[in-house]
Amino acid sequence: MKVPLRWLSDYVEIPIPAAKLVERLTLAGLEVAGVRLVGVPAPEGLVVRDDAPRPVWDRDKVLIAEVLEVKKHPDADRLLLVTVNYGKQPHQMVTGATNLKVGDKGQKVVVALSGAVLLDGYANPPVLKQLKPTKIRGILSDAMVCSARELGISDEHEGIIILENDAPVGMPLVDFMGDIVLDIDVLPNMARCLSLIGVAREVAALTGGTLKAPPTRSFAVSTEPFAEVAIEDPRLCPRYSATLIRNVAIGPSPGWMQRRLTLAGMRPINNVVDITNYVMLEWGQPLHAFDHDLLVQRASKGKPRIEVRPARAGEKLVTLDGQTRQLTPEHLVIADTRGPIALAGVMGGADTEVTASTRNVLLEAASFDFVSIRRTARAFDLPSEASLRFSRGVHPDLVSSAALRAAELFAQLAGGQVVGSVESYPAPLPPQVVTLPLSEIRRSLGIELPVVEVKRILHALEFTVEEAGSGSLRVTTPPHRLDIQHGVADLIEELVRIHGYDQLPATLLREQLPRQRTNWPLVLEERVRDILATCGLQEVMNYSLTTVEREAPLVGPGVEYVRLANPVTVERSVMRRSVLASVLESAASNLRHVQGLRLFEIGFVYLPRAGEKLPEEPRRLAIVMTGPRQPEFWDSPTKPPLLDFFDLKGVVEALLAELHVPSAEFRPAQATWLHPGRSAEVRITDDLIGCFGQLHPGLNEHFGLGRRDVLVAEFDLELLLAKVPRRHAIQPIPEFPPIRQDIAVVLDEAVPAARVEAEIRAGGGELLRDVKLFDVYRGPNLPEGKKSLAFALTFQALDRTLTDKDAAKVQQKIVGRLERLLGARLRA
Amino acid sequence: MDLHGLQERALAELQACRDEAALHAWNGRYLGKSGELTLALKRIGELPPAERPAYGQKVNQIKQTLLAAAEQQERAIREAELTRSLTAEALDVTLPGRPVQRGRLHVATQVMRRIIAIFADLGFQVYRSREVEDDLTNFELLNMPPHHPARDMWDTFHTTTPGVLLRTHTSPGQIHVMRELCPEPIRVILPGMCYRYEQITTRSEIMFQQVEGLAIGTDITMTDLKGVIQAFAQRLFGEDRTVRIRSSYFPFTEPSIEVDMDCIVCGGKGCSLCKGTGWLEIMGAGMVHPVVLQHGGYDPTRYSGFAFGMGPQRITMLLYGLKDIRQFWANDLRFLEQF
Repeated sequence: MKVPLRWLSDYVEIPIPAAKLVERLTLAGLEVAGVRLVGVPAPEGLVVRDDAPRPVWDRDKVLIAEVLEVKKHPDADRLLLVTVNYGKQPHQMVTGATNLKVGDKGQKVVVALSGAVLLDGYANPPVLKQLKPTKIRGILSDAMVCSARELGISDEHEGIIILENDAPVGMPLVDFMGDIVLDIDVLPNMARCLSLIGVAREVAALTGGTLKAPPTRSFAVSTEPFAEVAIEDPRLCPRYSATLIRNVAIGPSPGWMQRRLTLAGMRPINNVVDITNYVMLEWGQPLHAFDHDLLVQRASKGKPRIEVRPARAGEKLVTLDGQTRQLTPEHLVIADTRGPIALAGVMGGADTEVTASTRNVLLEAASFDFVSIRRTARAFDLPSEASLRFSRGVHPDLVSSAALRAAELFAQLAGGQVVGSVESYPAPLPPQVVTLPLSEIRRSLGIELPVVEVKRILHALEFTVEEAGSGSLRVTTPPHRLDIQHGVADLIEELVRIHGYDQLPATLLREQLPRQRTNWPLVLEERVRDILATCGLQEVMNYSLTTVEREAPLVGPGVEYVRLANPVTVERSVMRRSVLASVLESAASNLRHVQGLRLFEIGFVYLPRAGEKLPEEPRRLAIVMTGPRQPEFWDSPTKPPLLDFFDLKGVVEALLAELHVPSAEFRPAQATWLHPGRSAEVRITDDLIGCFGQLHPGLNEHFGLGRRDVLVAEFDLELLLAKVPRRHAIQPIPEFPPIRQDIAVVLDEAVPAARVEAEIRAGGGELLRDVKLFDVYRGPNLPEGKKSLAFALTFQALDRTLTDKDAAKVQQKIVGRLERLLGARLRA
Repeated sequence: MDLHGLQERALAELQACRDEAALHAWNGRYLGKSGELTLALKRIGELPPAERPAYGQKVNQIKQTLLAAAEQQERAIREAELTRSLTAEALDVTLPGRPVQRGRLHVATQVMRRIIAIFADLGFQVYRSREVEDDLTNFELLNMPPHHPARDMWDTFHTTTPGVLLRTHTSPGQIHVMRELCPEPIRVILPGMCYRYEQITTRSEIMFQQVEGLAIGTDITMTDLKGVIQAFAQRLFGEDRTVRIRSSYFPFTEPSIEVDMDCIVCGGKGCSLCKGTGWLEIMGAGMVHPVVLQHGGYDPTRYSGFAFGMGPQRITMLLYGLKDIRQFWANDLRFLEQF
């Protein structure tokens, strides 16, 4: 909502500087998002966020002048010599203005004298330029008559600005029409402030002033049967009035009105349209003008019958913008006996619009159900100043004020005669009455507000207040507000808003501390993050939105997705089922500028469930590693070793160990997206927690990873974390020395190392404290199909120093077991 | 026998020894089996008996002197050699160190942890709820019936299942936590991912985190809300921060407020970060709307509560002076590695 302060001050005195006013309005919920200066210098302290250059109208050099004479330029067809009076001697200058012609006289114009700084009307984007005397086709011109664009008022540059006839000659323009325009963000519950009067009422309440609403005289009602009004459903249209104004002379509206509309962001059209817009901006009540004669014609010279009703299926309407609209019963229309003539509250119809030849105007003032207007404006994508207001709710009470005010302006400014109104208001909205216990104020705000202050604020906002006994007030809502729906809480907001939030002290909670609970899922999730970061991995966070195609190789075909009905891009159109696909996306984009990376992400996946409306949202952990094992260094070998399966397995083992997950088991994985020979699944007590290994090389291209080996892992974090013990036992540090013995066994290639280790442990019993595989050998010294595994065995007792003999005995047992169960033999 | 001369000569030669080999040779020359001093001692028999004790004593004295001097010289030589070899081993200490494989948390996690820790100190615990929500919980129960004008404030991603959407804010978590804990008092924060139908630009994202706070009890007021937010701002942005409250509108709070903090760059004088206003918007808040309390199971005539909501990405941008919100989920390592 753009509010020119000069216009605003018609309705309320502004006793504080502009900067202060901006602050007060902003704190009270009318956020001033922008300020525009019109010809005036920036007042002190006022923050002007305006990217466009704005000229300041010099008091001595930009003046109101009267045209004395217009002559042809002797040497140029399109140029004129205009002589003006601005209070001193007549002054002649050259102009190219298209709205002056030879012989013109008496117009009030704006003259800028040499030295004035205005916008260069021809530069794009506009720049400020100082006016200097120049010779134009041989004639010296040291002043100019200005266009609205040169003055920085609007983009209008077709002709010069012509002021109203009573504009005082010689007055500095800045005194006549210099202005400050506030651009206010109006929140949904402040829709009443989508009007100058609404804002003025707030200013009055905030500054202790009084609202001066424009007088609306009622007029003599004629008995002429000029129209009939019928509302089909009062819920969709509570009130409709039609006012007939005869003998309207269509023409431009006066300069002051055009100027105000322009500054408020609307384009002046003609006096009829301008008056309806002016009254809408003033009161917040949109109006619409029909050509009454066209309605009479449509009624076959009879009395037009105006109906407000849902459109019938199949009806059509050509709207003002020339578009043909297909209507359904979803759309509320204004219709006559021949069919729809307007989309209620949204846009008029072309067949009945006011044109240059209109003589008699039927003025509509009505209120509509905001939901219906919203739906229609949305359906046809027709946001307008009118639908903006209607879709936020306009109080039916405003209908009469606005209709009377517009009728008066038609009489004043367009020479019309007001014939009278017909109206339907089947169920007037009763005033809303709220009982406000004063104790509720303290309960909500935490402060005592003196009853005097409570009454002062409510009165200032035009509420009626009566004592209701037992510490309560009976408060009646004024007839322009629809937002006091929840009674007490709404009133308390009004009180604190006007009283000022800066008046509130800051306290800390007195309320008892609620029961404290440990959020285990979060604690463990954060622990996993810390472990992986400690392992040298970088955390990433990706969009949860992806495409089915991107994930397909990882999640398989034919799975259900949570799909967006209105994606912003097809790239982000379904909710992911794989976190790994996301991390691979991060990897691919980074591999354009790094050699290697180690990434992980913990995040949700979204799995639709049969028979449920909402998906399951479990957490997943994904890891991607690729590139050199060591970061590049000046003494590294020229071909540094690359990360392989066992680097990733090391990370997985570290994670499991740090989480104290007992007895994880690694087996060859079955996943189609993994290298069949270099991948493993992780099972904990037989539950499959996830898979890891080298990404199937056949998928590198799909994920944009080039030809490198990429190591990947994806784990079901919910399952994994469920296996984490809440506590784990700590082993004592042994007091007695260990004995280390190495053994190497030769056995079949097919026997997995983990199996061998398991048998060693089983054979070693409790004296075997640790087993570490330290060498794997295959080669010419061994028979075909055999391998040698070398283990370091650590023997240690908690209660005594072991002898070599003790150790040898255990080792013998171990070897015997390996020979018996695995067909191994000890390597010499 | 010029014993004195022998000692002088031996000491002089010892001084000239520069390495262990020379020292060894010197030792042989004077103290060895056929060294000059050894021989000198052997010649004691050639002397008259009366002179022998004095002579023997003198030779022994010289031997002790030479041994002590030799030991000292040997130490000096070793020290010199060590110094020499250490000097030879000198490195170019300006060469870069061997890089360590470093991992780290995403900046969003880092900042989220800071926020969670601050509120934990104030007794607020973390409660998380789902991201794919129904219209009922995301809007209706939060006092936004269908076609409520306030729904315009959130551009929503709808799914192909009617009535199912991506939550536009963490506020549906208010309903979940109230229904779970009613009638206990509540003090929680609700962090999580939210989604809005927006064009992705430097200033707007389709996905972003929010942290919502909710306190419900029988003695919770607007001044408490102001105190908690002020405490938070001072902990995160510096102890001399001040906050200011503006009236605002959210359907699920009444009264509703917007909280500004004095600018962390200019302190309120006006700069490019605060666009000249001296203030930075940090969160929206308010007293929980009676209708919302009711939907959560709490009797609004007995209970009151406050709620606030902030955007960690915006807060991170303020903390680090970032200009482009798209960097958060782009995961460019050149960005992430700086945190």
